[in-house]
Amino acid sequence: MKILTLKKVITVSFLLAALLVLVILFSVMVGSVKVEPKHSVSILVQSLLGLTETGTEMERTIILSLRFPRALLAGLVGAGLSVSGAVFQALLRNPLADPYILGVSSGSAVGAIIAILLGLSALSFGLPLASFAGALITIALVFYFGKQEGKIHPNVLLLAGVITGSFLSAIIMFLLSISQKEELHTILFWLMGNFSFANPRAIGIVLPYIGAGFFLLYWRSRHLNLILSGEENALQLGVDVERLKIISYLSASLMTAASVSLCGLIGFVGLIIPHSVRLLFGPDHRLLLPASALIGASFLIASDTLARTLLAPVELPVGVITAAFGGPFFIYLLRKRKVVKTL
Amino acid sequence: MIDLHSVSFRYRQDWVLREISFQIRKGEFIGVIGPNGSGKSTLLKTLCRLLTPQKGEILLDLVPLKEMSQGEIARKIAVVPQEAYSLFPFRVIEMVLMGRSPHLGRLMFEGARDLEIAKKAMEWTETLPIGERLIDELSGGERKRVFIARALVQEPEVILLDEPTANLDIHHQVDFLELILNLNREKGLTIAMASHDLNIASEYCDRLILLQGGTIFKIGSPREVITRANIEKVYGCRVWVDENPISGMPRITLLKKGVRSVLTEV
Repeated sequence: MKILTLKKVITVSFLLAALLVLVILFSVMVGSVKVEPKHSVSILVQSLLGLTETGTEMERTIILSLRFPRALLAGLVGAGLSVSGAVFQALLRNPLADPYILGVSSGSAVGAIIAILLGLSALSFGLPLASFAGALITIALVFYFGKQEGKIHPNVLLLAGVITGSFLSAIIMFLLSISQKEELHTILFWLMGNFSFANPRAIGIVLPYIGAGFFLLYWRSRHLNLILSGEENALQLGVDVERLKIISYLSASLMTAASVSLCGLIGFVGLIIPHSVRLLFGPDHRLLLPASALIGASFLIASDTLARTLLAPVELPVGVITAAFGGPFFIYLLRKRKVVKTL
Repeated sequence: MIDLHSVSFRYRQDWVLREISFQIRKGEFIGVIGPNGSGKSTLLKTLCRLLTPQKGEILLDLVPLKEMSQGEIARKIAVVPQEAYSLFPFRVIEMVLMGRSPHLGRLMFEGARDLEIAKKAMEWTETLPIGERLIDELSGGERKRVFIARALVQEPEVILLDEPTANLDIHHQVDFLELILNLNREKGLTIAMASHDLNIASEYCDRLILLQGGTIFKIGSPREVITRANIEKVYGCRVWVDENPISGMPRITLLKKGVRSVLTEV
């Protein structure tokens, strides 16, 4: 009988990481401004290795300051949303859960819209900071509302999250209705999600959240398997369930908040990537979490590459691509493989 | 093995368990019986700290349960749940291996020794041939045996069973209870089982606890507990108790309302 081994996790992760590298290289090679693919790769590799610089000044700017940071940010966000989606599905025991289900996204949108309306978006990190603050306040509120007698009940938390989210949506609609035309465009662009904000500093900001969140969750991955059969079940098998829930919810929420604050609301990734990975590799979180991170990263980088090249020089919102390509692919997987029983 | 000292528990308002004191002895097969709402399940849940009593104390091998970590408890007490569905289905072998969880470090993967233990438990429970199937494709009886295998893999000293025979046909009921009895007799495991089936409890248990409204009405051997007077008083319905002609244990027959017979007029 075959069981999951560390060797399998490492092998699969290594192969998926190789795929990710290929996707990053591809995304660096294509774009609205033509740079010879061979040049793109050599500029990137040489600069990463700290070797002599080749290419023209413009080529170097396009590759090193635009395309590469953008691919990295898309990758981080794809990984963050996929992992937090997988964890929310397990903790809430709800296959429809995604990273935005507890209202984090709406809170971050309110923060971002207020920043835009107040003109804070002109400051270098005004927009992401305001949006991150909005997300944090929402997380605090939802956990405050969702706790009963000091314990987190999934359904109570879910309701608290959904209702807080609806309330915040009302605020969003109000703010939209009082916005001027120019602001409205900025707001809509942000709401639809995009990676035009990418730069090395942005990556430096989001990386610690995604990285730390991932390790905190991966450290608990075996216990997340047990909680899939219910909290009592996990408790009987020796898991300190309340601690597991608090740390996992907060890690996943912070990963979401950090992702959303830099690139707006990119839908769908956090819902379909975990499900697709489960259909491919099974539900064990010890493999599910790293595989979701790597596949989510590749998927979002590829989607963003399409979004900026498909109708170049016009840039599509990346959410259009994630939904348009991810949706049918997911349906295909669902039809071909064993369906999640509860769906 | 397990000592309860005036244990009381309530969910919100009313006490569900009041001042319960008794001892579960090492290696015995003890049954908890009583009407709906008498506190059977609640009592079992306090034994593995799914619920913590507000008053009183529970000692496991003389150590207060309160002071033990959840992992320490899980290494000594295993629970066979009534039903446990996984949101995303695991294979049987994976499900059984989850019983190793309390013995593993955080991130550790199950090794060859864990797999060996799991295979033995699956042989014992005759679940080895279905090891590759998904847990939600199994019948109720098969799933029960998988959960027993998982409990065995925990290498516990005590196994708690809540209504283990509910939803099983008589063939599977007997199979399942024989399995439990073997664990008790051959492996020396201590068993505590809550049951609605008084005849099964009478037949298989060494001792019975009869609960009424959260208190112990009677504790003792099946012969002492399953009497017409006790059962009629606690359950509030008329029954006939005689001896099972084959095993000699008390046997209960339900009586239809209004039935009058020579026997019941005794």
